[in-house]
Amino acid sequence: MSAQSERRRKARKLRELLDAEGDAVYENVTHLNQGRYDAIERFDEFETLRTEARSIKEDAVENLPSLIETLRESVEENGGSVYVADDADDATRYIREVAEAKDARTLVKSKSMTTEEIELNESLEAAGVDVWETDLGEFVLQVADESPSHIVGPSLHKSREEVAALFNDVFDPEVPFETAEELTEFARDYLGDRIREADIGMTGANFVLADSGTITIVTNEGNARKSAVTPDTHIAVTGVEKILPSAADLDPFVNLISRAATGQDISQYVSMLTPPVETPTIDFENPDEPLGSGDAEREFHLVLIDNGRLAMRDDDQLRETLYCIRCGACANSCGNFQHVGGHAFGGETYTGGIATGWEAGVEGLDSAAEFNDLCTGCSRCVNACPVKIDIPWINTVVRDRLNGEATPSDLEFLVEGLTPDAEGTVTPQKRLFGNFGTLARLGSATAPLSNWVADLGPVRTLMDRYLGVAPDRELPTFQRETLVDWFDSRRPRAPNATATRKVVLYPDAYTNYVLVDRGKAAVRTLEALGAHVELATPIESGRAPLSQGMVDTATRQAEAVASDLAPYLDSSFDVVVVEPSDLAMMRREYGKLLDDETHARLSEHSYDVMEYVFGLLSNGADPAALAAPDEPVAYHSHCQQRTLGVETYTEAVLDDLGFDVVTSDVECCGMAGSFGYKSEYYELSMDVGAELADQFADASDRVVVASGTSCTEQLTDLLARDVTHPVELVAPDEAP
Amino acid sequence: MSDTDTQLFASSLAAIDVPLTRTDTAGFASTIDSLVTGPAVGVPLHLDGVSLDDTVVQTPPTPRLLREAETGVTGVGHAIAEHGTLVIDSDDAGTEPVSLYPPTHLAVVRESDILPDVASATDSVGERFAAGKSSIFATGVSSTGDMGALVKGVHGPKHVEVVLLTDQ
Repeated sequence: MSAQSERRRKARKLRELLDAEGDAVYENVTHLNQGRYDAIERFDEFETLRTEARSIKEDAVENLPSLIETLRESVEENGGSVYVADDADDATRYIREVAEAKDARTLVKSKSMTTEEIELNESLEAAGVDVWETDLGEFVLQVADESPSHIVGPSLHKSREEVAALFNDVFDPEVPFETAEELTEFARDYLGDRIREADIGMTGANFVLADSGTITIVTNEGNARKSAVTPDTHIAVTGVEKILPSAADLDPFVNLISRAATGQDISQYVSMLTPPVETPTIDFENPDEPLGSGDAEREFHLVLIDNGRLAMRDDDQLRETLYCIRCGACANSCGNFQHVGGHAFGGETYTGGIATGWEAGVEGLDSAAEFNDLCTGCSRCVNACPVKIDIPWINTVVRDRLNGEATPSDLEFLVEGLTPDAEGTVTPQKRLFGNFGTLARLGSATAPLSNWVADLGPVRTLMDRYLGVAPDRELPTFQRETLVDWFDSRRPRAPNATATRKVVLYPDAYTNYVLVDRGKAAVRTLEALGAHVELATPIESGRAPLSQGMVDTATRQAEAVASDLAPYLDSSFDVVVVEPSDLAMMRREYGKLLDDETHARLSEHSYDVMEYVFGLLSNGADPAALAAPDEPVAYHSHCQQRTLGVETYTEAVLDDLGFDVVTSDVECCGMAGSFGYKSEYYELSMDVGAELADQFADASDRVVVASGTSCTEQLTDLLARDVTHPVELVAPDEAP
Repeated sequence: MSDTDTQLFASSLAAIDVPLTRTDTAGFASTIDSLVTGPAVGVPLHLDGVSLDDTVVQTPPTPRLLREAETGVTGVGHAIAEHGTLVIDSDDAGTEPVSLYPPTHLAVVRESDILPDVASATDSVGERFAAGKSSIFATGVSSTGDMGALVKGVHGPKHVEVVLLTDQ
């Protein structure tokens, strides 16, 4: 398949899912996301417990082999069995053998993604065992013969009307089902019968306690409790990474998991079963005998699944995937996921941002390849994750590994002028976007010709076909006079040269070559507030290649930026950054690309431009030196800026200066660097952006400002209006 | 247990729509009889001076009672004030299924068994796990959103009520 037809296939699939499932997914996922925000807002200990939970998981995974042995001893001492399965086939074989030995005809299950991973239901059905999913969401999927679209709410892509139509079709009730109550009542009774007659009850586990053999299961419906204790035989199937040392480690997880997942302070049932359980056996065939009066005994099997996990443990980049407690917060906080759901943003089993780590680890890179690009690196999941997994980084690493597997393209010559980057095989599309800095430099040097050529219809058709650049997307307009040119041409060259505050402004590729006005505004604002300003060398931060998974190129650029800025830091300059995605590089991602000391110093001394303005004003600079407000403002902050927590300074500065400001609260504008430029993702990008456009629909009398380049471009396209940077609102006019 | 914990427990229960009835040892049996919807099934309480034998609640549980009872009456190991959580300790009398199967669970809580938070409760259940025992943190009623709207009463109880023994 040609690259273009592959992109068209992806675009078609996304379009179909947006149409078929987008509305139900959006309603449910944004509801869960808001619930999480609300629950954490009223929970002061969130950050402390995240740190504690992360530390417990790090230690547990580090000590996993010995924890497995401790757990084995505990379970066996309690009278149960432990089987560590190397892979899916090994696990399903063992479970089939248990079922055969029990002569089991039926098995009831509570929700378990791990059993989805090993395709257990299919295996048991083939062996003649009827399997019933008792979680209502999983039951809906079983009836519909569909796969989960979300780790926590597996059927949340289906509306009530769709479930009713499905159940009316399959179960043909005398009075058709209509309400959620009717559907729930039917499913409860139907599954109640299945549970009572089942030979085996199967559960997953959220946490397993090594020192006691206790299985912890977090549910709202009560089906796991019922499935575990009603049949005499209980099989728990879970990944090896779920083991914690002891009950003393449970507190942070119990406090975090439901808040992160659904916004509940605690789930209805946190079942902590130490099987075989004391609860007497229940023989519904002898209904009037007291419980436990038969001669049946309880039997318990714990099946621990490796299936790639121990290799993930040895993988420095994928290891933290094993800390995942499967809460779904990364999916819920993701703009793309909110719109298209897990049937697009997911692999064979797992869904959402963390799915890339899971799928790459348990299924292999290919399974992650299909959806990995849907992570735009916006980083909104970073603060949402209750165990602090750097999910964008995992996506970047997997993208880098996938690049390494790409077949060399015949079209490489099209982007040859942009090389050499440090990568070997990368698709021409990724190479184009990954080398944006070079492209911008060339585009600026040849402007306005470059802009005219790029806007020609036939050129756009060719760019779509060969490079995957969406033909409907406005391209950046390169400026012939760069920020550096302008800065160098000014006289006098060094205002405030004796000032105590010395700033080196970082001219990112967009500010230097495209959105030059915001750079000029930043310089004028900082100087008006008494800072001495110099410009750093226009070297790309590495953001563009990193977003394409080109980690080596990004590292090389990060090192160059750090070297360029080092003498300034030596001379007590502060680094001020206009583009939030580049500030996020210095504060966050450079931690992965540079040595700790270099990163720490740069992170500590780098500032968002409006954050710095806030600091200057707070330290006595005269606000009268800035422009006075003349228009009300609609402000959209940038996703990575919000993850850093610095968007508040823009709002504070505008408020303090007397601007009338409304702000958006969408997670991401949908543009996300190159994402919205790509032919296959253009429609999804616009769908995500439509939410932002809706929020600003009533803002036609306001000037629209955005902190990020991507947001600026997206809003410009969505609203067909001029969009500027907040610093342009406050900047004084250039002195004549 | 402190007065603060009891107050917090009461307000947490109110927030999750779980009715709370205060009684004492002397008033226990009549309180239970006034609250239960029959038929009711229960497990022996092992509490000083109170017994289900003096009430309409039938013991010991049988499979038929699990299926047909409207109310299941059990004691609890502890309660957690901050969430209104009942710590249901599994036992060989059948506390776990009796608290789970009938549409209403009526839980008998001694005031002295109220713990402030999840951390204190995980400490306490840890000792039980070491002895091979099981516990459930049950908060409010069984519910699901999987059918397109929040519905109460799925595989577990649709109603939960608490009787608080204020003199124990």
